[in-house]
Amino acid sequence: MDTPITLRVDGAAHPLTVDTRTTLLDALRERLRNTSPKKGCDHGQCGACTVLLDGRRVNSCLVLAVTVGDAEVTTSDGLAEDGVPHALHRSFVEHDAFQCGYCTPGQVCSAAGVLAEARAGWPSAVTGDLRDEDVQLSDAEIRERMSGNLCRCAAYANIVPAVAEVAEAEGVRR
Amino acid sequence: MREFRYERAADPAAAVALLADEPHGAFLGGGTNLVDLMKLGVATPDVLVDVRELASREVTELPDGGLRIGAGVPNADLAADRRVRERFPVLAQALLAGASGQLRNRATTGGNLLQRTRCGYFTDVTRPCNKRSPGTGCGALEGVHRNHAILGQTLEGPGTCVATHPSDMAVALLALDAVVRVLGPDGERSIPLAELHRLPGDDPSRDTTLRHGELITALDLPPLDLPSRYRKVRDRASFAFALVSIAAALRVEDGVVREVRLALGGVAHTPWRSRAAEQALVGQPATEESFAAAADAELAAATPLRDNTFKVPLTRNLVVRTLLELTGAAA
Repeated sequence: MDTPITLRVDGAAHPLTVDTRTTLLDALRERLRNTSPKKGCDHGQCGACTVLLDGRRVNSCLVLAVTVGDAEVTTSDGLAEDGVPHALHRSFVEHDAFQCGYCTPGQVCSAAGVLAEARAGWPSAVTGDLRDEDVQLSDAEIRERMSGNLCRCAAYANIVPAVAEVAEAEGVRR
Repeated sequence: MREFRYERAADPAAAVALLADEPHGAFLGGGTNLVDLMKLGVATPDVLVDVRELASREVTELPDGGLRIGAGVPNADLAADRRVRERFPVLAQALLAGASGQLRNRATTGGNLLQRTRCGYFTDVTRPCNKRSPGTGCGALEGVHRNHAILGQTLEGPGTCVATHPSDMAVALLALDAVVRVLGPDGERSIPLAELHRLPGDDPSRDTTLRHGELITALDLPPLDLPSRYRKVRDRASFAFALVSIAAALRVEDGVVREVRLALGGVAHTPWRSRAAEQALVGQPATEESFAAAADAELAAATPLRDNTFKVPLTRNLVVRTLLELTGAAA
């Protein structure tokens, strides 16, 4: 059933008409030709489609485009400002945190979400004291918080230090 | 995916009125389960009434010292809520043990409770499943069932179903005696969480006792004044359903168990309140032997399947270990 919507993506508004069945992921990739988010499992299990929705990381494959409304969608592409790579982009390159790169935009968006959640003091399943507001992203914390992003090349050993370096720069890792 | 009409409503009452006239419609919350099931062809609503934006996202204080959780509060926000972390640690731990960071950001409190009890046969439309397609049989009974139920299943007849409810949050809420507030075509009502989910009985197609058109608006948590803890055993360290999980709260005075709450996950069609274990334990010395005897009292009713007999000793060990840990915390 065709429905007119306007998607705000990476700072630009895009009016378009979508079938109600269209996911945000498919709208981004197939309609707006933003191929930054990837389709891996299409069932919320792999994280390759991760984008930020009003700053919160979500699986865009499980979000219907008609439900997005005025929320701001940020893809990994959109994290770069004026063509300058985001600190996470640079860190992933410096740490060789990928091989094929297919999962990387999702990993980067998820890591951006992890950093925001840590700054907000959100605990995780491996946080020792739930009452502690001072979240420090240890390697164990990064692994737990990034568990919604699979990497079939198994670049995890380099993804963790890539995220850790930015966490340290942002003051959420000592 | 089947075609559907998408509707928004001005408020919860309007959403309920909309759905009341749509026998094949469904409410849409975060969509993390429903949208997935629609893609798989398992759920086929012809109308979606989007309630995510209109459901309350607030956690408010109740006069008795408890909390009211709006049905629209995302799982991530609830886990991060300072009051939940300080006063209901078992709930924060359960939420954080569930799903992934992305899913917790999107999934709502009401939607988490209403995710389907399911297994790999339910989500595969080419397989028999009495829950998805009544009367087709249960593929799991003699098939792949390592992570299926050990308690309360229906093991024969047209109701045969051995699937488990996958929520971690609901297990903690069950131990906390949460009350579900519901708005329906006939007005408001409150249901103890223990009465929301139902065992398969002779109709596994129904996971809950809600009537069509009823909308969960909030959950009320009574105050908790005893130490509590959630533990989850799974095949990998993160982002996996429980093999077995436990929500427990315990008060020990002078070495004797005065109050205990136990609920299990991963063992049944519903989150499973362990009343037999609780009754066996109150008044007993807080020792490993008492805890094991209580676990055995609960598990006497277990009917494990060919490939999940391991869950019986696993559950027993988890009960004992968790209560021992809480005994240390209570001392």
